[in-house]
Amino acid sequence: MSDTLHEERIRDIIAKHLALEGPMLPILQAIQGEFGHVPQAAIPLIAEALNIGRAEVHGTMSFYHDFRTEPAGRHVVKLCRAEACQASGGDRTAAHAMETLGVDWHETTKNGNVTLEPVFCLGLCACGPAAMVDGKVVGLVTKKRFDQIISEVGA
Amino acid sequence: MTLKIFISRDAAAKACGAEDVVAAVRAEAAKRGQDVTIVRNGSRGMVWLEPLLEVETPKGRTGFGMVGADDVGSLFDAKFGEHPKAVGLVEEIPFFKNQTRLTFARCGRTDPLSMADYEAGGGLAGLRRALSMTGADVVKEVTESGLRGRGGAGFPTGIKWKTVHDAKAEQKYIVCNADEGDSATFADRMIMEGDPFVLIEGMAIAGVAVGATKGYVYIRSEYPDAIEVMGEAITIARKSGLLGASLLGSDKSFDMEVRVGAGAYVCGEETSLLNSLEGKRGVVRAKPPLPALQGFMGRPTVVNNVISLATVPVIMEKGAAFYKDFGLGRSRGTIPIQIAGNVKFGGLYETAFGLTLGEIVETIGGGTFSGRPVKAVQVGGPLGAYFPPSLFDTPFGYEEFAAKDGLIGHAGLTVFDDRTDMLKMARFAMEFCAIESCGKCTPCRIGAVRGVETVDRIAAGDPTALPVLKDLCNTMKFGSLCALGGFTPYPVMSAVTHFPNDFARAKEAAE
Ligand SMILES: Cc1cc2nc3c(=O)[nH]c(=O)nc-3n(C[C@H](O)[C@H](O)[C@H](O)COP(=O)(O)O)c2cc1C
Ligand code: SF4
Ligand code: FES
Repeated sequence: MSDTLHEERIRDIIAKHLALEGPMLPILQAIQGEFGHVPQAAIPLIAEALNIGRAEVHGTMSFYHDFRTEPAGRHVVKLCRAEACQASGGDRTAAHAMETLGVDWHETTKNGNVTLEPVFCLGLCACGPAAMVDGKVVGLVTKKRFDQIISEVGA
Repeated sequence: MTLKIFISRDAAAKACGAEDVVAAVRAEAAKRGQDVTIVRNGSRGMVWLEPLLEVETPKGRTGFGMVGADDVGSLFDAKFGEHPKAVGLVEEIPFFKNQTRLTFARCGRTDPLSMADYEAGGGLAGLRRALSMTGADVVKEVTESGLRGRGGAGFPTGIKWKTVHDAKAEQKYIVCNADEGDSATFADRMIMEGDPFVLIEGMAIAGVAVGATKGYVYIRSEYPDAIEVMGEAITIARKSGLLGASLLGSDKSFDMEVRVGAGAYVCGEETSLLNSLEGKRGVVRAKPPLPALQGFMGRPTVVNNVISLATVPVIMEKGAAFYKDFGLGRSRGTIPIQIAGNVKFGGLYETAFGLTLGEIVETIGGGTFSGRPVKAVQVGGPLGAYFPPSLFDTPFGYEEFAAKDGLIGHAGLTVFDDRTDMLKMARFAMEFCAIESCGKCTPCRIGAVRGVETVDRIAAGDPTALPVLKDLCNTMKFGSLCALGGFTPYPVMSAVTHFPNDFARAKEAAE
């Protein structure tokens, strides 16, 4: 997509949310939903539409763990790092994941296929270790189950 | 004859493979030319049995637990009768049968998006009654029920509502806190996915009570299934008069929308949540002003947890006295206890306050999944204390847990077995606080980082570090603006107090 097309699309998204009370997060989420990240070009457009400074848009975005300024890999695997998943073996799965993929948290494999993210609780604490793979929930993620997940996404 | 099969749409069921089972049932039924209706119900709370497949029979619903797609053929062969995965009548399973399900009365039984199911199960009766009363009388009823906030702080819901009721303003709001960030908690998620209308009804009653016409439910982004179900439920509720310009045909109006969080634990704190909802950084606000007087957009706002609001309909339906009759001391009514971690029977168990921690962990939870001895149970999420088995006689109640230097929080329990290193858990508590701190105050922002370093020094055998850690915890406890910095000392100090060996052993190792 060319930059001008990008820009037009971003303006559309912003316009659609402007009537909301507190539209900033819904706008950022919709943009990320469409582009997989929030492109730099969106920031001045949002600032202008909401009549606030660019620094404020940037400051808001950077506060939240969810927003990306760069695209992620083709697949995003989030592993739960919170206590209940630790109690059910999450550390072993996490170590195995990092070793298998050759990445640390927040990193993407060299082939651009998988980004590994930590997450603190997915509400699946009674069937942990829990994961979210491209937005879908997975429970009981043992090392073996992790390998299955990775082969399903074709890494 | 059409077979009626129930397979939960709850995220925990999906995480255990429910979607594959649904696909396999459809395929097998088509192959055999058998008519089946599959209802995607909510969760029964018995997560260890997921995917749980239930079949309607004249005697009631009979279940098959931990069903895999490869079991489906044999289940059809057995005509859903005798089978190795059979668990009998689902409502006779002790874990289910022994509960007192008031808030979760319909969850798991009904199709979450069927308004007909909802009404047949007692839904809308509470709102109907509220609409026949004055706002002040509804507030009084909720106050008299003894309901306290289930989000963690335990503040009396009716008293909060009265403040908003008495405030004069053009516009007031009901904000539902569905940020449920605590590890080991999933009650909010389960009710939103399994009986979303009860939350909507609770919010509508709150609106009628305090004079608010607009509501928001702020759901964390980690809950895509709950977000989807709530969105659909709101659309249906508008069509059925549970939301909109004329609530159930009355002259009262109330509408609401879903807002999604963006991955910040601190946004579960009510003032941080309000900032986030307004589109700002989720920094905690100093109180006063109370959100009840100057909340969302500076206007009077009720901020309540999902379970607090979802419990209001049954209180209005059955009356304050009925609800208040359950419980212990100043903890009235029922509480959905969430049992998680290294536990045999993990899930959600709603019961009156008052069971002991030991009964919950050993009798209901069945002890550890690994079969090893329990070492510790963290109660109340990442800001809650670690309890050793020697405190298993503590009754489940707000004051009872406070008396043992703990808290019940959102009523989540994480069970750990004897292989757990409590020094590591103390380090994690500090690390989590450092990652999630909103940055507003120094004891939390800097203190938590120092905390991690200090625990590392203890692990490396530095004998001077333990007193430093204790000091640091004191500074955080008394110098933090909110409970993130203020309560992180609970897990840290409880680990130090109850498991001194884990902190001393590290020292010897280094010597
Ligand atoms: C760091 C932090 C996180 C919190 N997270 C939540 C949460 O996820 N859900 C919730 O209902 N309350 C949470 N709370 C408590 C809220 O600030 C507030 O007390 C609650 O939403 C009020 O509703 P209630 O009275 O119905 O419990 C949190 C508090 C703190 C300090
Ligand atoms: S204690 Fe931490 S999270 Fe709470 S206001 Fe202070 S810095 Fe923010
Ligand atoms: S602690 Fe991992 S899903 Fe809740």
